[in-house]
Amino acid sequence: MEAIANVQAFTALGIGMIIGLGASGACIGIGIMGSKFLESAARQPELIPMLQGRMFLLVGLIDAAFLIGVGLAMLFAFANPMLASLAG
Amino acid sequence: MASEHGGSESPTEYIFHHLTHLKVGEGFWTVHIDTLLMSSMLAAAVAAFLYVGVRRGSAAGAPVGLRNFVEIIYEFIDSQVSDIYHGNRAFLVALSLSLFTWIAAMNSLDLLPVDLPGSIAAMFGAGYFRVLPTADLNGTIAMALVILALIIVFSIRAKGVGGYLHEWIAAPFGNNPLLWIPNIALNFIELLAKPVSLSMRLFGNMYAGELLFMLIALLGMAFAFSIAGISLFIGQIIVGSVWAIFHILIVLLQAYIFMILPVVYISMAEEHH
Repeated sequence: MEAIANVQAFTALGIGMIIGLGASGACIGIGIMGSKFLESAARQPELIPMLQGRMFLLVGLIDAAFLIGVGLAMLFAFANPMLASLAG
Repeated sequence: MASEHGGSESPTEYIFHHLTHLKVGEGFWTVHIDTLLMSSMLAAAVAAFLYVGVRRGSAAGAPVGLRNFVEIIYEFIDSQVSDIYHGNRAFLVALSLSLFTWIAAMNSLDLLPVDLPGSIAAMFGAGYFRVLPTADLNGTIAMALVILALIIVFSIRAKGVGGYLHEWIAAPFGNNPLLWIPNIALNFIELLAKPVSLSMRLFGNMYAGELLFMLIALLGMAFAFSIAGISLFIGQIIVGSVWAIFHILIVLLQAYIFMILPVVYISMAEEHH
């Protein structure tokens, strides 16, 4: 019983860290990229459509690792493999 | 479905029930019937939509209505692809059009109410039904594998089999027998990272969205069991609307990214070193 509680507690902490650290990395990255985009948009307004398209592409790429982490964290939340091996 | 929610189903069970696929078979040979059904139905629907949109309307004069809409989508995708790929882009534009419209259609099923697909499926006798094919890792990996095959086919078509294999051992460090192992390792990782990141990005976005919709639905469910829970109900409406509006952006953005990245990969694959 205590072993199960132990595993669950550490899993919950792990999930929090995965999502928290991933989110901070993604947000800082997008913040830097967004600030560069705004700078260059102010410098050359005629390039805004092209830059905006590229920016959305980069948003998707930067968010990718974070969302992969969220997917893994959800896996741990609902179908914890550590808990499964403890029961089996 | 409604009778189960009369207090006999705990929140965890509710989420588990909504996260289970309609399966046939077991172990490795499990087939997710709901994913296959929804993705093929939507592919047919999108193809029919585009076909009807092109057929309607006269050839002369400015296009209106459905034909205008389809032409807007086509011109958008054509301009995006021509920005990136400089060559005969007929095939790539067709591929991008299919990918964008199909994935946008599949993703937008996330905006349906959480319990609605399950209720409809229960009328046909199915216990579980997950209506989002792109929230199933099998669905996204299948699409990414096809993109991987296309990247390899385009590379071989541009460089020849011998040239392609030579690039595997010679790039990026240089043609020296000592460097063959690092070259192969790096090329392998680079080639593997493309479909893996493509599939997991789409899966993660859609799965997280779907899960959040279920958790917001749980807010409303908790209202039903507590007398002073009217704030939960209002909270569910507000949070649900905000998240749904944000998710519309995510749906279209992920479809756009899944469309544009294969074009980028294929144009990179045809580059000679």
